[in-house]
Amino acid sequence: MNKRILFGLIVITVMTASAVFAPFVATHDPLEMDLSPEERLQAPSAEHFFGTDNLGRDVFSRMVYGARVSLSVGFIAVFISLVIGIILGGLSGYYGRWVDGVIMRLVEVMYCFPTFFLIMIVITFLGPSIVNVMIVIGLTSWAGLCRLVRAEFLTLRERDFVYSARVQGVSNKRIIFRHILPNAMAPIYVSATLSVGGAILIESALSFLGLGVQIPTPSWGNILTAGRIYINYAWWLTLFPGLAILVTVLSFNLIGEGLREKMDPKLKERMN
Amino acid sequence: MTRYIIKRLLLIVPMLIGISFILFVVMHLAPSDPASIKYGLNPEVSESARADFNRMYDLDKPVLVQYVLWMKRFVSFDFGRSFIDGRPVMQKIGSRLPATILLQVCSILVIFFAAIPIGVIGAVKRGSVFDNVTTVLVFIGYAMPTFWLALLLIFFFGFKLQWFPISGMSPWYTAYMDGFGKAKDLLWHLVLPVATTAFGGLAALSRYSRSSMIEALGEKYILTARAKGLPEKRVVMHALRNALMPIVTIMGLTLPALISGSFIFETIFAWPGMGRLGYEAIMNYDYPVVMGVAVIATFLTLLGIFISDMMYAVVDPRVRLEEHK
Repeated sequence: MNKRILFGLIVITVMTASAVFAPFVATHDPLEMDLSPEERLQAPSAEHFFGTDNLGRDVFSRMVYGARVSLSVGFIAVFISLVIGIILGGLSGYYGRWVDGVIMRLVEVMYCFPTFFLIMIVITFLGPSIVNVMIVIGLTSWAGLCRLVRAEFLTLRERDFVYSARVQGVSNKRIIFRHILPNAMAPIYVSATLSVGGAILIESALSFLGLGVQIPTPSWGNILTAGRIYINYAWWLTLFPGLAILVTVLSFNLIGEGLREKMDPKLKERMN
Repeated sequence: MTRYIIKRLLLIVPMLIGISFILFVVMHLAPSDPASIKYGLNPEVSESARADFNRMYDLDKPVLVQYVLWMKRFVSFDFGRSFIDGRPVMQKIGSRLPATILLQVCSILVIFFAAIPIGVIGAVKRGSVFDNVTTVLVFIGYAMPTFWLALLLIFFFGFKLQWFPISGMSPWYTAYMDGFGKAKDLLWHLVLPVATTAFGGLAALSRYSRSSMIEALGEKYILTARAKGLPEKRVVMHALRNALMPIVTIMGLTLPALISGSFIFETIFAWPGMGRLGYEAIMNYDYPVVMGVAVIATFLTLLGIFISDMMYAVVDPRVRLEEHK
């Protein structure tokens, strides 16, 4: 197996496992505060692997629970954008004409907009919560997928097997979902894998700004919020959560890029 | 060419209408009440005063009517007044815009002059140490939470080494400086915000120019150039001219990301620009300012894309010729 994919898979598996089994992995209660001076802002030690934060909470345990937030937001947001992207892209590519015109204008609007501001607005006005974050990221990140699906449909709908299905009187719905879509899935998987990383980055930025997961629930982004305030006293509050985000996103990207190379040997030749 | 420009410019109008409509509806359907945010639970403010506030800002009318009213004022560049301090939105944005444009232009210049050479050298010397190192860095760049990068820069260059200031743009003491001193101080304050803002685009664009250059180097005319014995330098120049075309278009597409970033980075670095104004306005549920910032940000993005389209037409004659068919 490709080294990149292997590295990515190992990291994601470890992260997912520790998120699922967080109560067994965490060494402390992530919410338990200890305001005594000897427990606050402690540097990493055998007792606290990644130190403690300004409220005396164990950073390692908070990060283990924080992985739940990042991974679930990443997966669910991308699932939402997949559903929207496949449906709109499929309609656009299959029917063409005015359907295509309308949907492509919509895609252009999404492309031209500084999406992060839109996300910030929607989250603030709907109230910040993990569910809203997932939905809003999903609703604003389907444009790229939609274009990809459309391009796939445009070439596939001219293929002989689609004509033969049509001649046999197969319904449009069945042609789209049973005949064309399965053939278009490979590039969609690649694009979706790369989007998971993007969604995690957006979630962490939102949490960092206080618009994502609300304290005391830990997330990698909101640990960094505290890290920013105590940056000159407690480097561990900034270093570890940031590294966790970086490594996780990097792993998803490596898997995505690795898959893309596997699918398209010509591309590999050109890139290396 | 003129027809092409006019056509592209006219496309901006429906885009702005569409985007402002989406935003307007989202904000006004949300279950939040600006009057109660402005006056809080203050018992001194009577029900009728709250109603007056709502009437003054047309908040008592249906959303669609409000949108039409907003549109009417918008046509004459009147975005209304801020809920918070009553100042005209245009004035508030106008005072913040120069700082944002300064930051963005500097970042774009850095991206442009750093990313293209990195990508091109990587492509020409494929497999070299330089190429491998930059490829790894690009991968890390893609995965980097840029606000975290900002924190790291603040930590190392602000606190540990104390090389650069970590926040603000022109502090009080610049009032006592001459023009040269002011410019130097401004440049000093720009370093960290520009480094952070440019970072994401740098990774994307250098990757893009690398693959674009590799593709150009694989073309038949390169083989011809080599076959007739041109020196390698001239061969590379042949490829470069053609590789630059797609790079020019992708420049325009980095703008939405740059402007999105400004909302975070300006907040982190306390940069007195539009991004921070937008963030503060969102936090205060200040509808008119939020709408104003959104529309201006969108307009800047569209303008950037328009300029890159124009550049594309300039560098690629095929785009121009298509019009004459």
